Amino acid sequence: MDHVVTIQDLADDEIASILDRARELLPVARGEERSDALVGKLLATCFFEPSTRTRLSFETAMHRLGGNVIGFADSRTTSHLKGETLADAVRMVAGYADVIVLRHPQEGSARLAAEISDVPVINGGDGAGQHPTQTLLDLFTIREVLGKLEGLTVGLLGDLRYGRTVHSLAAALARYDTTMHFIAPESLAMPRRVTAGLPDGWSAHTALDGVLPELDLLYVTRIQKERFPDPEDYVRVAGAYTISAETLRDAKPELRVLHPLPRVGEIATDVDETDHAAYFRQAFNGVPVRMALLEMLLGGD
Amino acid sequence: MPDNLLKVQPIRNGTVIDHLYAGTGLKILDILDVAGTGNTVSLLINVPSSKQGRKDIIKIEDRELTESETERIALLSPGAHVNIIRNYSVAEKTAVEIPEEVAGVARCPNTNCISNNERGATSRLLLRSREPLQLACAYCARLVAGEELQFL
Repeated sequence: MDHVVTIQDLADDEIASILDRARELLPVARGEERSDALVGKLLATCFFEPSTRTRLSFETAMHRLGGNVIGFADSRTTSHLKGETLADAVRMVAGYADVIVLRHPQEGSARLAAEISDVPVINGGDGAGQHPTQTLLDLFTIREVLGKLEGLTVGLLGDLRYGRTVHSLAAALARYDTTMHFIAPESLAMPRRVTAGLPDGWSAHTALDGVLPELDLLYVTRIQKERFPDPEDYVRVAGAYTISAETLRDAKPELRVLHPLPRVGEIATDVDETDHAAYFRQAFNGVPVRMALLEMLLGGD
Repeated sequence: MPDNLLKVQPIRNGTVIDHLYAGTGLKILDILDVAGTGNTVSLLINVPSSKQGRKDIIKIEDRELTESETERIALLSPGAHVNIIRNYSVAEKTAVEIPEEVAGVARCPNTNCISNNERGATSRLLLRSREPLQLACAYCARLVAGEELQFL
């Protein structure tokens, strides 16, 4: 394995070994045990677009394994503004570091970087494209909270059109014989380029009520205001896809709710107190999963 | 008027693109950008054909096609044949074929794709299906149907 641009770049057994290794690394991720696996290795975090969670969890993962980090968190502090191409920036950083994490506002940017870089490139989110490490941590969380990945019934809710996390996740869940329900307003439905790659076993809906009682897992995403030219439409649509403890009354007791965070209003805080809430655990899991991936790419012990 | 003046004359040296789907000839001429080159060009539209019913034919004198041009023709009219004429006879005859990857030929329709925004980047489209024609951007994975193709 050289680069991780899309979740499709990882074979089933590679995903399985990353998830297994992440589990072993949990005590290191919590700071209870020490690791020197990546001493002397350097991670470059190149974030041309702001991100708190992805960048901090990669940096934490690298530090917890004894490695070091360079990078930038905002393209305004780089020569990007002077008109430098991504290709030139990647060539330069690849000369400095042993592995690159790239977050960039344009789709396909990580693939372009991977073509140029002679050190591994990890896609940390490319526009509305993919976000494969988010998917790995989602898979890890699902396995941790439900005990398995195979044969689940999963609902993906919210902005399925622009939400890159759900594109990668749907592609990954298809490998585990998952029944998928895509629940979104028509204008934010799952794109054809994603559904075209899925086997049978998915269906699209505009409301949650009908499918909620069947679900083992509900994955909620944020509906962004900027997707709606008319603010009134936004308020109406976003309101219709909000989850509260009341909404979940008809759900199975074992149902778990995930969300890539940050949330705005789409999951009411009263859900946090229920057994359904698994999104804070999910956020922490970014660290052990990214540790396992960095170890794999950099050949740690 | 003598009958033979109505027919297009054979060319001495150059290229004859035959078996173009009827109706694609004008678009292909546009892509080949032959107007400003000084070459003599003839376009025949809706020529009766025993194989195809109707076909278009393009004849370009004193010019052979580049690989990129042949790829463009294949994308628009996959059944076409390119004949290279030297001294009035067919020196080479090849059926155009859509390659597994076309680079720098057509743009990705996703305006937010890095291939449309990065200076110096070359578009790359991967062949997914010949019939119906469908490609996918090698960078952003956007699917591109044959009728959506925008040539560079």
